[in-house]
Amino acid sequence: MSTRLATGGRLIDRTKPLDFSFDGRAMRGYAGDTLAAALLANNQMLIGRSFKYHRPRGILASGVEEPNAMVALGQGARIEPDQRTTTTELFAGASAASQNAWPSLDFDIGALNNLAYRFLPAGFYYKTFMFPRFAWKHLFEPVVRQSAGMGPVPKQPDPDRYEQAYDFTDVLVAGGGVAGLAAALAAASAGQRVLVLEQTAHWGGRAPVDGIEIDGKPADAWVAEIVASLGAMPNVTLRNRTMVAGVYDHGYVVAQEAVADHLPGTDLPRHRLWRIRAGRVIAATGAIERPLAFAANDTPGVMLASAVRDYVVNWAVSPGDRTVVVTNNDDAYRTALTLLDAGLVVPAILDARASVTGELPAMARARGIRVLEGRGIAKVKGGKRVKAVQVCVQAGEGAVLETIACDCVAMSGGFSPVVHLYSQPGGKLQWDGANGMFTPDPARAPTGADGAAFVACAGAAAGALQAAACLADAHSAGGGKAKAAPKAAAPVEAPMHPVWMMPQGAPVALRFKMLLDYQNDVKVSDVQLAAREGYESVEHAKRYTTLGMASDQGKMSNINGLAILSDALGQPIPATGTTTFRPPYTPISFGAVAGEARGEIFAPLRRTPMHAWHEAQGAHWEPVGLWRRPYCYPRAGETHAQAVNREVANTRNNVGLLDASTLGKILVKGPDAGRFLDMIYTGVMSTLPVGKCRYGLTCNENGFLIDDGVVARLSDDSWLCHTTSGGADSIHAHMENWLQCEWWDWKVYSANLTEQFAQVAIVGPNARKLLEKLGGMDVSREALPFMTFAEGTLAGIPSRVFRISFSGELSYEVAVPTSQGMAFWNACLEAGTELGLMPYGTEAIHVLRAEKGFIIVGDETDGTVIPQDLGLGWAISKKKPDYIGKRAQERSHMTNPERWRLVGLETLDGSVLPDGVLAPAPGVNANGQRNTQGRVTSTYFSPTLGRGIAMGLVHRGPERMGEVLDFIADGKTIKARICDQVFFDKDGEKQNA
Amino acid sequence: MRDPVSALGGQSHEGFARITEAGLQGMITLRGDLATGAIAKAVKAATGCALPAQRAIVTKGTASAAWMSPDELLLLVPYTEAEATAAALSAALAGDHVLIANVSDARALFRISGVKADQVLAKLCPVDFARLPAGELRRTRAAQVAAAIWRSAPDELSLICFRSVAGYVFDLLAISAREGSELSPT
Repeated sequence: MSTRLATGGRLIDRTKPLDFSFDGRAMRGYAGDTLAAALLANNQMLIGRSFKYHRPRGILASGVEEPNAMVALGQGARIEPDQRTTTTELFAGASAASQNAWPSLDFDIGALNNLAYRFLPAGFYYKTFMFPRFAWKHLFEPVVRQSAGMGPVPKQPDPDRYEQAYDFTDVLVAGGGVAGLAAALAAASAGQRVLVLEQTAHWGGRAPVDGIEIDGKPADAWVAEIVASLGAMPNVTLRNRTMVAGVYDHGYVVAQEAVADHLPGTDLPRHRLWRIRAGRVIAATGAIERPLAFAANDTPGVMLASAVRDYVVNWAVSPGDRTVVVTNNDDAYRTALTLLDAGLVVPAILDARASVTGELPAMARARGIRVLEGRGIAKVKGGKRVKAVQVCVQAGEGAVLETIACDCVAMSGGFSPVVHLYSQPGGKLQWDGANGMFTPDPARAPTGADGAAFVACAGAAAGALQAAACLADAHSAGGGKAKAAPKAAAPVEAPMHPVWMMPQGAPVALRFKMLLDYQNDVKVSDVQLAAREGYESVEHAKRYTTLGMASDQGKMSNINGLAILSDALGQPIPATGTTTFRPPYTPISFGAVAGEARGEIFAPLRRTPMHAWHEAQGAHWEPVGLWRRPYCYPRAGETHAQAVNREVANTRNNVGLLDASTLGKILVKGPDAGRFLDMIYTGVMSTLPVGKCRYGLTCNENGFLIDDGVVARLSDDSWLCHTTSGGADSIHAHMENWLQCEWWDWKVYSANLTEQFAQVAIVGPNARKLLEKLGGMDVSREALPFMTFAEGTLAGIPSRVFRISFSGELSYEVAVPTSQGMAFWNACLEAGTELGLMPYGTEAIHVLRAEKGFIIVGDETDGTVIPQDLGLGWAISKKKPDYIGKRAQERSHMTNPERWRLVGLETLDGSVLPDGVLAPAPGVNANGQRNTQGRVTSTYFSPTLGRGIAMGLVHRGPERMGEVLDFIADGKTIKARICDQVFFDKDGEKQNA
Repeated sequence: MRDPVSALGGQSHEGFARITEAGLQGMITLRGDLATGAIAKAVKAATGCALPAQRAIVTKGTASAAWMSPDELLLLVPYTEAEATAAALSAALAGDHVLIANVSDARALFRISGVKADQVLAKLCPVDFARLPAGELRRTRAAQVAAAIWRSAPDELSLICFRSVAGYVFDLLAISAREGSELSPT
């Protein structure tokens, strides 16, 4: 069994017990525990079930590489699946639940899959897609879906908050172990800005556990000293609990800081995503121990040797009373010695090497541990917990020599340098055959804009696994001089011997039980099958077998897997190569990616100065670009449709008030401004007299209509161009693009003044009376005729009054400084009471304009419509030599009389046509789809006419006046007659009043 | 003029730094060829400020002149003087090809003050604050909107954004300044 030792534990605080639960059972740990340590201390080795066969899964590792011990952590809205217990800091009240187990962890029905493993081989999933065809949908898919998936997904919104932050540094050191600290100190001493990021809560990595001495001091003491000196340097920033997730081109680095994972329920941001520009990245990311592939190596109680050591030293947890160590290197002997120091039993060390002579083995032998040379494990006995190991000759085929009772196996297959951050931006690796590992190839490092390498591995990550070499390498990576490097003292380790399968001649029955990828249940036999079936590329074999595709992303399995694949293909390991290392190094949260962008600040909300007033009136909002505009102002008991009808009728009969502040207003000025606007617009703006307004159409270079609006000439050399609300920024950018890239020598400046002015439309028969009541300007028919403007003061507020109309009514649009927009609006409301004034919203605008047959860019246009389609030829100059879109509009397809063109549509029964519906035509097109001859672009109930009105684009539309078309909506046919799109006041008597 | 109000009426928030909407601020956009002496002369006469160098902001009394792009300046003057200053500039540069516009109402101004003011903006702006000296104006973004920032006083940064997004920017600044979420490791 596993238990808490009476003494020791360098990271725990025994004066601070913390209560938590696992699968509903109350447990107790200490501050400083990881969840995995606390579970082990409570004799909970079995944590979950595997993904495919639902085999029992225990704690294998002590860090980010853990593939097994994942839990669903938290409850309710805070439940989060796949939380790695080995990196989760224990907190009071933590509630963890096992995954992939039903009905219970100890008795799991899915484990029946385990008996059927012969029928669920590699590629099973893909094979079910193929044959028999019907079986996927009806047989396999429902079964696979039921048994797949890890933990539960929260059903409520995430109650935590997240944020992002930016940082800049000369040198970013990823990893706060002794190598990272040595590199940081060297770089910082040279005066560089240094940022050190450590993924755990602690500095020093595993050197203190391994009993290394540095500069004559125990590693712990050296680490504390260096951290203190770095902390005192103004050019150094140290951040723990911060995992470097990805290194990208140009020194861009993304890291996630777990600000409050260990403090749930506080007001702190849970995670913070750091977006960093680093001149240089030093990846002091250490190395990860590899498992050994022997039969039943996934039995709970089989652990990495380094992890066994970590649990004893860091958290005073004994993973088992009797631990058999199985290894191919000297490092694992440290585990045996540590266990003895803790008073535990090591019945034997099985060393796959034929001859064992190193210093560490000598120390083990001196303490009476039985060291068996050239031996391995044939098979682990036990189901949900290790009971014994069967010993065999490594060179043989698994004949059992003896059985040793034990409840824990500490295995070590050597170490793999963590080269992820070096590889992500393109660094290449080389194979070190002697040590059985990939190391960064310094000749092929990732290079920056200057062609120089910008990522270097340091210490164990560079393959310098032993303490002295590790520190020397790290110091040098930080730019330090060799003689100033910290000196480490540790027993010299003898060479390891790569072991990819144990025993090397294992028969198929054993290979079926040798796990490579624990979470995804990928076995040695699966990789060999993939090779036999022709998956020679490591990338293909990975996807076919799912090797390395679990949430640990192959940290445990990749090297062993590709060694097996290489062996099966009969080629050396470097010829097979590795899969691509991609960010993130370990998973980062969606919350951190979203950052602060949620709720009210999910996206910028643009507000006019009257926004709060609209809100107070209970306006129903319509999003327009990033603005929110009132769609209508419903009164008590009114539906939105009723409100719109009331607003339309009141505007036609009395006077309406509209917040038009969102309309784009672009000032264009200069000696060439007229010439420029003649290019931007299809009509002529250069001849517009000062004080006059003209409607303009803007097309792109393909001739398609992209915006429209009224242009006013303010002075001899300046024009004010109104755009649609959504088009202000894009049309300004369109103008600047042409000015800066094409006509850079034209003397024109533009400025987007959209937000400088609040604009209020006063519309209806009483509009003039209202302005006269406000007082200050002559707004009479004579002084201010249609399509002119005047400047002055209304209600004491500086105003520019445009006599323009988008409704067919007598209408003024008044622009006032934004800071006085609300004051002007209030003045209008006050003056308008006795004139029947009501505010109206965007839907009333739409109805009013549709009754007059005015188009809206985005309704009548969709990016394929030219002004000629819309009967707007009158707004296109025939005399101008050019404008943007002119030549495109002369293409044969554009001048083709067969184009769909704008018409009005009125249903025979007066009903409202559904929006967007099509009128079918006889026959089918080349794709076998039914032909069509028209579609509805705008459709409304007209309260003015008491019936439905619509506009649409129809094949040769204007030539077919009076013809009745069938429109199909939801299977029903609606008959509509083609008519003039101007339904109301065709002669414009009202607007010209 | 009647009851002019700024975007947020001087709203403020106290976190690990203080966030304040600074009220009405006169702002004038001046576009033109900055290399001609005429603009430098007119700006000097109208605001007392010398022509700012690339990325610089020059302050003289209540007025500032900021470099926005190779052909654009932003002049800051008291709100009530903006119209008159713009008119004076227009008159002084009447013969030149320039664009002068009062944009006081198109913008909002925030002050972020306190010794940790930088940390509020470091959550929102991709700016190396350790290398943002006084006297430099940085055009950047605050989360999803355009912004211009500069050190307006010791332990104080100022931020200009478009007026319509003042509420968004205030909320961004307030949540970024929440107590306990300082970026400096503790």
